[in-house]
Amino acid sequence: MSVALQYHRSAGRYFAARAVSGTRAGGRLAGALAGNLAPLRLVEQTEPTPFSESWSRIEPVLSGICGSDLGLLTGRSSPYLGPLTSMPFVLGHEVVGHTLDELPGLPRGSRVVIDPVLRCAARGLPACPACLTGHTSRCDHVTTGRLAAGLQTGFCADTGGGWSRRLLAHASQLHAVPDQLPDEVAVLLEPLACAVHAARRVLIAPGASVLVVGAGTVGLLTLLALRKLTSAGEIHVIAKHRHQADRAHELGATQVISTDGATRALRRSTGALLVEPELGQSYLLGGMDLAFECTGGSAGMNTALRSLQAGGTVIASGIPAEGVDLTPLWYRELHLIGAYASAVGEEPEEGDFPEAIRLARSAPLDGYVDTKYSLEQWRNALDHAAAAGRLGTIKVVFAPGAG
Amino acid sequence: MGRPGFVLDVDERTPPLLLHEGEGFRLERLPLGSQVIYPPESLPAIVDLEGAIRRALLHPHGSDPLPELLQRDMRLTIVFDDLSLPLPPMRTPDVRQRVIEQVLEMAAAAGVDDVELIAANSLHRRMTPAELKRTVGERVFRAFHPDHLCNHDAENPSDLAHLGTTAHGEDVEINRRAAESDLIVYVNITLTAMNGGSKSVAVGLASYASLRHHHNVHTLRHSRSFNDPPHSAMHQSYDRMADVIGGHVPVFTIETTLNNEPFPASLRFLTRREWEWNLTDQASYLAVKRSNELVTGKLRHRVWQATEAPYGVTGVHAGVPSQVHPHTLAAVHRQQLTEVQGQADVAIFGLPYICPYNVNSIMNPILVMSLGLGYFFNLYRGRPIVRQGGVAIFYHPMPNEFHPVHHPSYIDFYELLAETTDPVMLETKYEKQFATDPWYIHLYRTSYAYHGVHPFYMWYWGAHAMQHLHDVIFVGGDRSTTARLGFRAASTLADALELARETVGRDPQISYLHAPPMVLADVR
Repeated sequence: MSVALQYHRSAGRYFAARAVSGTRAGGRLAGALAGNLAPLRLVEQTEPTPFSESWSRIEPVLSGICGSDLGLLTGRSSPYLGPLTSMPFVLGHEVVGHTLDELPGLPRGSRVVIDPVLRCAARGLPACPACLTGHTSRCDHVTTGRLAAGLQTGFCADTGGGWSRRLLAHASQLHAVPDQLPDEVAVLLEPLACAVHAARRVLIAPGASVLVVGAGTVGLLTLLALRKLTSAGEIHVIAKHRHQADRAHELGATQVISTDGATRALRRSTGALLVEPELGQSYLLGGMDLAFECTGGSAGMNTALRSLQAGGTVIASGIPAEGVDLTPLWYRELHLIGAYASAVGEEPEEGDFPEAIRLARSAPLDGYVDTKYSLEQWRNALDHAAAAGRLGTIKVVFAPGAG
Repeated sequence: MGRPGFVLDVDERTPPLLLHEGEGFRLERLPLGSQVIYPPESLPAIVDLEGAIRRALLHPHGSDPLPELLQRDMRLTIVFDDLSLPLPPMRTPDVRQRVIEQVLEMAAAAGVDDVELIAANSLHRRMTPAELKRTVGERVFRAFHPDHLCNHDAENPSDLAHLGTTAHGEDVEINRRAAESDLIVYVNITLTAMNGGSKSVAVGLASYASLRHHHNVHTLRHSRSFNDPPHSAMHQSYDRMADVIGGHVPVFTIETTLNNEPFPASLRFLTRREWEWNLTDQASYLAVKRSNELVTGKLRHRVWQATEAPYGVTGVHAGVPSQVHPHTLAAVHRQQLTEVQGQADVAIFGLPYICPYNVNSIMNPILVMSLGLGYFFNLYRGRPIVRQGGVAIFYHPMPNEFHPVHHPSYIDFYELLAETTDPVMLETKYEKQFATDPWYIHLYRTSYAYHGVHPFYMWYWGAHAMQHLHDVIFVGGDRSTTARLGFRAASTLADALELARETVGRDPQISYLHAPPMVLADVR
């Protein structure tokens, strides 16, 4: 038997979490809400069996809690994603663990990270046009094939997820972790691959000015990817907390600005004009060339849209939230680009995961994971993750083998 | 004739002394042996002011009478000090109105048609129509505004004329209309010894290109003090520029001086010596203090900003600026100079609610700094009131408040202070960026904003004091704001002196500059 944190269908709990987290007090108590109202439960389940020789059981060592997980648990995720999941499922898509079965080219016991996208290859389907060209995160077949619907591991009833002691992964999803990377860094490889993907989603001209909105895991790793993989000029980062600002400086931010007065600070740096409408947020005429929105919040997206010069580009790295005023998109003729998960690319070494592994070898990522929880401590873990920034933590993880 | 200024030695009989602290005040008992520097009592005002103005215009220093300088077909530009003078704004009719009306009457008599009036606001915010009207009076305002009565625009290249450079290579660029006039008539109020003289035209009508030569850290650190023109590098630069201006356009200046009556009768106790307070003064103090504490912050601010000073005019001198100004300075000294023997280890200053840059506005933390370490610290002639390496204690709550329309660049400048408070570093790294920022320029020209570079000048204003003092403490200051500015906060005077002890020891010599009303310490 295996222990897992299972997300199950419960309209009552879903709407209760959504209603309460929508309030100001509820927003601050997101962690407590996730633990007490969310349709999540600790269950014992039978050991999963690989579907074929291309699948392996994985024993997670560490499994991260992502912002998208918290969004789901507090009822803030878009219903758009509902059909792309299958109930009940076990959460957890940022996983470092060991294989428990032999795979071609990957001996049993290998330390691996999982590319969570459940694309055509995992589903036993011929490659769709997106998968064929290496854009695997755009796979059209995430609801079909041999697996139940699920855009990723961690949202699919058949594969299980990282918040458990066992899950299944297809050989095409696995990347061996170099020995030199500790588990605490390896568990960051999935979000780092997403950051690499985001940085590659748009052509960044040498010297271009970039704004990174948010300095949580996604924001910081995006900053890392931008500095290492592009010739961007000034990179300004909006950070809410002091420890985030310190890390952003460490990763090469030109300027770290607080959320209060961010638009003014950007105005000062760019020499743009500041416009203050009678109602609503101020904005710039002139401003940055690009903005990476890494919070998934409407405030972050509004700030990004209002900080760009005409013709600029916003890359949505966080899951976009409701309540965004798109008037700047229209008036300033901005480009809005989505960046979801990671892609394998057309050549094996071109993929976002291999690049993330290369970056992680030299990046100063020590200390990003400073607290680990057993699955039994899941309420504390979610509480901590929801308040991570305030508590000085970047990434909260489960250590499923503990406890 | 009022009594001269003097220095009081605090002893057992000395009552608690009045100290300003922003939009409030308190009575404070100073340590025994402290010295208190009082200004001379208010001088009597000129009774026949109209007559005095006329006499000054008809019998100027170093010039023909004004009527003889006025000719039909000439271009006449009348320039006047902006709303930064006097403080608080004087009860109407403002003396500038009285002077301008007489100048205009003489111009009309001479048949001069081409007359323009310009407020010498330099890089200050534009005056609103209501503020202009209050300064020049209803009649002049109606006749000239808006086409022939305006603010100086230091950021419109077509409105500026570069007149050359001084022997020190300083650019002299001033208002084009004034530069191309046949005569500039400058109407001034000299509230402190730093005002008037060469400063009027050379600063009031200048552009950033010109101002940067004297409004900088180096010059301010060598202006000791900037209220003592012969020892002020800043004023020496003004003089050089005035010489260049004088080579292009004649300037006829009318300088006026005021007595020490900055507060209306209801606040008269603020200007009286505490041991001479009568029952009315004591009752007024209690009533005003209590009601001041009871009302909301907004109302308190409105009431203080609405205060009008019943200033009386003590002198009117007209003619060639270089010959007029010595008479003006002498009048200022008669009203404000108090002789002080020796420097103190600790100087105490109570900062009032107003400075030149928050008229009808908010005294933000940068302005508090410039009022304290700039204006008040520099109220000396000879040597600073406090010795090198001493401590200055200021009273001000220093709230973290900014006027979003008037002081947009101040809001951004305040953020820079998190990085450094070193004036040289700020000047080197950021001054040009702020000075040339198109948004600040836009707001300066079209809204009512101080120029982007203005907060830098305010910071430089305190550069001499920052170099001179070992420690700066704000009693009652907001801790976080005070710390951002690089200073310390204390809850009480006792706490402040305890903090100062590590610098000046257990038994320091303390001097309290009892102002306002204005006092200029002549430190021997």
